[in-house]
Amino acid sequence: MKLYRKTASELSAMLRKRECSAAEICKDTLARIHVAEDRIGAYITQCEDVMQQAQKVDKALAAGEVLHPLAGIPVAVKDNISTKGIRTTCASRMLEHYVPPYDATVIEKLRRAGMILIGKTNLDEFAMGASTETSYFKKTHNPHNTEYVPGGSSGGSAAAVAAGETILALGSDTGGSVRQPAAFCGIVGLKPTYGSVSRYGLIAYASSLDQIGAMGRSVHDTAMLYSLICGYDKMDATSVQKSYPDFAAACSADIRGLRIGVPKEYFGDNVHPAVQAAVWKGIRLLERGGAVVKEISFPSMEYAVNAYYIIASAEASSNLARYDGVRYGFRAEKTDSLTDMYVKTRSLGFGDEVKRRIMLGTFVLSTECYDAYYKKALLMQRRIKQEFADAFQMCDVLITPVYPTAAFQPGALAEHPLMRYTGDICTVPANIAGLPAISVPCGMTEQGLPIGMQITGPHFAEQTILNAAYAYETLCGGFPMGGAV
Amino acid sequence: MKAYEVVIGLEVHAELNTASKIYCSCRNSFGGVPNTQVCPVCMGLPGALPTLNEAVVEYAVRMGHALNCQIHTVCRQDRKNYFYPDLPKAYQISQAEIPLCENGYLDILADGEWKRIRVNRIHIEEDAGKLLHDDRYSGSLVDLNRCGVPLIEIVSEPDMRSSAEAKAYLDAIKSILLYLGISDCKMQEGSLRCDVNVSVREKGAGALGVRCEMKNVNSFRAAVRSIEYEAKRQIGILEAGGTIQQETRRWDDAKGRSFVMRTKEDAQDYRFFPEPDLGTIVLEPAKVQALRESIPELPGAKVQRYQEDFGFSPTEAMLIAEHKERAALLDACTELGKCKPKSICNWILSDVAKYSNDTGKPICETPLTAEGLTTLIEQVEKGVISNTAARQVFAVMMETAQEPLVIIEKLGLVQNSDRDFLEQLVTEILADHAKSVCDYKNGKTNALGYLVGQCMKRSGGKANPAMIRELVAKKLHE
Repeated sequence: MKLYRKTASELSAMLRKRECSAAEICKDTLARIHVAEDRIGAYITQCEDVMQQAQKVDKALAAGEVLHPLAGIPVAVKDNISTKGIRTTCASRMLEHYVPPYDATVIEKLRRAGMILIGKTNLDEFAMGASTETSYFKKTHNPHNTEYVPGGSSGGSAAAVAAGETILALGSDTGGSVRQPAAFCGIVGLKPTYGSVSRYGLIAYASSLDQIGAMGRSVHDTAMLYSLICGYDKMDATSVQKSYPDFAAACSADIRGLRIGVPKEYFGDNVHPAVQAAVWKGIRLLERGGAVVKEISFPSMEYAVNAYYIIASAEASSNLARYDGVRYGFRAEKTDSLTDMYVKTRSLGFGDEVKRRIMLGTFVLSTECYDAYYKKALLMQRRIKQEFADAFQMCDVLITPVYPTAAFQPGALAEHPLMRYTGDICTVPANIAGLPAISVPCGMTEQGLPIGMQITGPHFAEQTILNAAYAYETLCGGFPMGGAV
Repeated sequence: MKAYEVVIGLEVHAELNTASKIYCSCRNSFGGVPNTQVCPVCMGLPGALPTLNEAVVEYAVRMGHALNCQIHTVCRQDRKNYFYPDLPKAYQISQAEIPLCENGYLDILADGEWKRIRVNRIHIEEDAGKLLHDDRYSGSLVDLNRCGVPLIEIVSEPDMRSSAEAKAYLDAIKSILLYLGISDCKMQEGSLRCDVNVSVREKGAGALGVRCEMKNVNSFRAAVRSIEYEAKRQIGILEAGGTIQQETRRWDDAKGRSFVMRTKEDAQDYRFFPEPDLGTIVLEPAKVQALRESIPELPGAKVQRYQEDFGFSPTEAMLIAEHKERAALLDACTELGKCKPKSICNWILSDVAKYSNDTGKPICETPLTAEGLTTLIEQVEKGVISNTAARQVFAVMMETAQEPLVIIEKLGLVQNSDRDFLEQLVTEILADHAKSVCDYKNGKTNALGYLVGQCMKRSGGKANPAMIRELVAKKLHE
């Protein structure tokens, strides 16, 4: 029946009409993983109790229990989100055998809703990267063309969704790590407002920027998952106390009068012409749907990447200091002193990219450099927030590319070390300002690789950007699953 | 040798006795089987996040008020980054740039003189775990139970000039913490610790000398000893024509010496930065005011009141006031107005303090009440019983929790003030001790005391001693 090709919304309706069971959905998904996983490499760990989870849901449904709409729907989880009893590696040798004794708040929510946890997906080590190439364990391949990377750092989640190895997935987004792989794999990825989804249990990369996001093959699916995971959590002091509606139920394709701002700085020479053309085509389609388009300017954008790498690395250098071999995780053998143990453990346990960022972060926080780098980055952060606030006086959403290019081939970033960072130019501003942003597929390159369009809104305007995305999806006739696999 | 002046600054760390830890809901209590009072948050597990226990802020603000500090109603928490096996996150959440409380002072009484010691700041932070060593295991073991126990760090300005002043300051801080009920102040359990900063300079010099910081100072006595040792060490270097190196030293109390831990060159860069997992602390002015009003009368104010209202000496007043329970007893006794405050003071500092010390029981755990103690003293002041008898009564009171009047009755301790009876007694004693009478008349005046003592002895302690003394003196001069 190829249930794995269906959306969560369709499967949810079928389950309730008894047209299929959760066990059938899971069996189909597992069969799909069996076929595709060798070529995709989306998962680090696959859950062993998938069928048991499914049977529990089927039993509850048969007993007439009222379940969450997402009950029985498979979900994959990025392997930097803590799962009780299931190892959580951050794709690092450092945490290769680490099994958390507790569930992240979002995992509790998935479990309570009866979602089926399929497995833990691959990522760039500690979420540092844009191609999932820095994973200690394996390479993940783009389902549209396995010669290409799936993007990153939530590359495993994006590839799994795109390849039908799951229906929905959780990722995390610190500088574009949900949106960019979503764009590369031709799916929908939402990075919510900072503070709307609990970070409790998300293994920190950069605490002030990290946010767990939802990934799916349709806007409605993504909205369903986001509605489930958002909400205040007393375990996370940065989570915001407010009530959240059912975003999926409230999705509307009516965008008449929606004011779209198009910041010209996001369409610079570094952005590939095919990407520029596809995004503009998307904007024009929305315009025809009744939206009003305005070109605006965002002068501080050129500093966003610099500010981002200073703040993110600074926090990372502190967040990752706990991996010292003392209590859990990897510990180097044959060491002759405490310092030696620290040095060898961290030298062997971390990959190059992680070490690079730890060193950068340690440098910018040092007494001599704090004012020149870290403090300045915080000032720039304030300015970027202000420019967004100004922009949202004039328009309701901003539409931009997600990434300057479509997916690239493995090793491309290694040849251009700076591009590793500058490529994030379109996505990091939303993290720096804590804003919600969504990536939707808006076309293909000549090589058949997906291109993403980013819709950014003011704080807590998830409904607005979801509606814009939903309108686009409706107007363009839906996002095809497609792909080479 | 030139004349030198010692300059001392103290950093006191006090564990707060809140019910739960500072950033998680684990119970905050001393001891326990290693690694049992822990959770993902205080163990620093990946992904766990801190949330601030508001009681910690309240406790710290109360200490701030008690030390006359300015309270920052908007402040934040910062990460102090360093590697150590007892610090599972490899950073301590503390406060760097803006502490909760700043610019206060504490008046101390040292050598009978009041002196104002400025307090630079009070900030909140989390405690670290402990390293354990076990013969069965070649390495070190880590106990994380103490991780996340709330601390306040009270930093003084370098305003103390002797180990006696430092001791007085520490005593005063400890006393205030106990008055506020915010810390158990058990040095042996490490709930009160201090780092000592010492420098020396020539008397009259303007600039401060190079300072050394001493760690591992685990008792007030150790603080005094380490200051004296360090001052001597530094003066020795200067006298020999050397210069002092800024360094952190470790005090070894058993050896009575300090050793270099690290020099200025390998001083750590803690890379402080704002803790991104916690929001800004914002205090309502009304709340700050309410906390100010919750501060009880503190030892400093009590000392002044006892001196002014009751005529106690500064030392007596301090000995009562710095001891929360003694002061509470004294205040309750004076409130009853049955006897002289000075008498109450004497009793508390002698018999009551002795009983409490000997038995190790705090006053509140003994049967002693203000009513009982003042009734007892009243009987002495009225001449109903002698001081000696009163001591006897006190002992029984503590033993049996009976009323003093009942005990006096039962033991038949009522003093005999019958003049005829006493005259008869004195006549007998003088006749029996002719040699002493003779001695007295030959100028040995202390024979008087001996004769009085003999009278008391024969009366079984019941004779009114003042009357006996008067009668003996009178008869000797006849």
